[in-house]
Amino acid sequence: MVTAVDLSLSTADEEFRAEARAWLAAHVPRTPLPSLETAEGFAAHRAWEAELAADRWSVVSWPERYGGRDSGLLRWLVFEEEYWAAGAPGRVGQNGISLLAPTLFAYGTEEQRARVLPPMATGETVWAQAWSEPEAGSDLAALASRAARTDGGWLLTGQKTWSSRAAFADRAFGLFRSDPAAPRPHQGLTYLMFGLTAPGVTVRPIGRLDGRPAFAEVFLDEVFVPDEDVIGEPGQGWRIAMSTAGDERGLTLRSPGRFLAAAARLRELWRAQGSPGHARARVADALTAARAYQLFAYAAVSRLLEGARLGPESSMNKLFWSELDLALHETALDLLGPEGELADGAWAEGYVFALAGPVYAGTNEIQRDIVAERLLGLPKGRR
Amino acid sequence: MRFLLDAGQRAFAGSLHALLTAADTPAVARDWARGDHARGRALWSRIAGAGVFGLAVAEEYGGAGPHPVELAAAFVELGRHAVPGPLAETAGAAVLLAGSASAGRFLPGLAAGTELATVAAPGGWAVDGDAASVRLRPGPEGLYLSTAPPGPVRRSLDPARRLTRLAPAGELLCADAPYDRALVWTRLATAAQALGVGLALLDRTVDHVRRRTQFGVPVGSFQAVKHRLADAKTALEFARPLVFGAAVSQCPAQVAAAKLAAGEAAYTTARTALHLHGAIGYTAEYDLSLWLTKARALRSAWGTPEECRDLVLAQGL
Repeated sequence: MVTAVDLSLSTADEEFRAEARAWLAAHVPRTPLPSLETAEGFAAHRAWEAELAADRWSVVSWPERYGGRDSGLLRWLVFEEEYWAAGAPGRVGQNGISLLAPTLFAYGTEEQRARVLPPMATGETVWAQAWSEPEAGSDLAALASRAARTDGGWLLTGQKTWSSRAAFADRAFGLFRSDPAAPRPHQGLTYLMFGLTAPGVTVRPIGRLDGRPAFAEVFLDEVFVPDEDVIGEPGQGWRIAMSTAGDERGLTLRSPGRFLAAAARLRELWRAQGSPGHARARVADALTAARAYQLFAYAAVSRLLEGARLGPESSMNKLFWSELDLALHETALDLLGPEGELADGAWAEGYVFALAGPVYAGTNEIQRDIVAERLLGLPKGRR
Repeated sequence: MRFLLDAGQRAFAGSLHALLTAADTPAVARDWARGDHARGRALWSRIAGAGVFGLAVAEEYGGAGPHPVELAAAFVELGRHAVPGPLAETAGAAVLLAGSASAGRFLPGLAAGTELATVAAPGGWAVDGDAASVRLRPGPEGLYLSTAPPGPVRRSLDPARRLTRLAPAGELLCADAPYDRALVWTRLATAAQALGVGLALLDRTVDHVRRRTQFGVPVGSFQAVKHRLADAKTALEFARPLVFGAAVSQCPAQVAAAKLAAGEAAYTTARTALHLHGAIGYTAEYDLSLWLTKARALRSAWGTPEECRDLVLAQGL
């Protein structure tokens, strides 16, 4: 028997890592940017996206013609490890890059990709997601916003909410009910892209727990969307969106590098505070979980490279990272003692952000249902 | 980078799984717990014949090793089937003796399954000292072969682990043995075994809640039940890459992380399994008890959670 399991990187992969590390060392802002969830911070983060894109670091795994490096997923993981280890800013383009772009690669037309992806890669167009509605949260298929057929396109009417980044973003994507007569709620939905400044759109920012407008309500009143901004076939939106959700919960929304860097910083904080016993186990568990998440991702990438697809196991991913992120930040605040109460402390915004993790991108209860029903084969029951 | 077992490795684990499935391992474990080792020894020979112990033994001594990844895959199966005996200890003993003048004396028997080895944990118990013919004990002047009979058997929470104190006197085998390297192998094997125990507990519990009906429906259709099982599944599936990653690196901190995660995942799964089986799970007679009790015992074998956390914190991952 020969051991074929191999965690080493090729020389070319290591060169890629070194190139990324050198670029980041030269470019990552010395002082943290203002919060992404403010007008000033949003603009600064948008400029950072352009700086990344200028040297083709914003979307390394994409084809070169859209601004990427065709690096493959493994090098994307490597880049992310370097990116977060370098203390680089959060990604304002995240929603578009990790949710909409995979959908366009799978279901979009070449015309759509050529039109939408390059300005997404540079931060020129920042995207918000528009899934939830006041009466459609976990039960997303209950959504009621309408897309009515009109000459050359669709008229969107209704209300979206909890729309991340929408307070400052340029465009949004989401699901709309295009066939109210369809026999089942999952049918008759269409996946559309629309402008947040288009006539008929009203965006009302919502302050998240710390008051910053991290998301918004979006009111739509006969907003015209041309046919070219429908992704896939009208009526097929549910299937298309669920494939996006798989990517979101799976690999691309929260890369392992993010948690490896945070866990390493947590260990430094613990040592700087005199290695207190009360946090010892939680720091060790955060380090262990971050490494587990990294190796789980390596295994997932290995499967993808052999032609597999990310299936319901991405629900385990989402459960794992969202709980890790929260536990890690809670431990950091505990280690900071009375200083941990400060709203502008080094870990405070990350903590507030982590609090939302178990709720967004499909609540963790929904993920547990998926794991139980689709991975373990348990019977469906009442939610 | 390719972090997946290849077809040959999967086939190896699959054939071991088939062998153990056909071997009525619960009955073997119950015999073993009573001190009746006959069927256990017969099974041990077949496991050795499949090449399991040889994975820790070099070719010149009748093995095929070192192959830590395959060893981890094999120990997942041994745990999944609740195989009794000093399994991780025999693998660890092979590593302890590998560089010594005694290698040729002991290693061929360990690889072939004619000799069972146990190792006293520092200051602690030696599992199955009554069954093992090679009883190793680190001492002040080096590694000893304990030649006198071990002390009386004490019952473990896992009845299939028979705990003994090794007699202090004996034959000095070598002045210095690779204790750290042996601990890596023993701990890795124990982590893999714990992962297998957890996977078996999950499978059996999923099977139970699909069949058991209350209020006119399978209890597995209730969210309170599903969510505990989803958490167990998630914990086990994230421990798995740590176990195989540690097998690849053989770095002490990575192995400690694997032991920590696998031990905790298996124990959490045991608690879930006990609870979701209801009262039947709380009986010794029902076979689930074989895995429930082993999950608890393996949690502290060859590295308690706290010892493992110390290594993780000291070295980082």
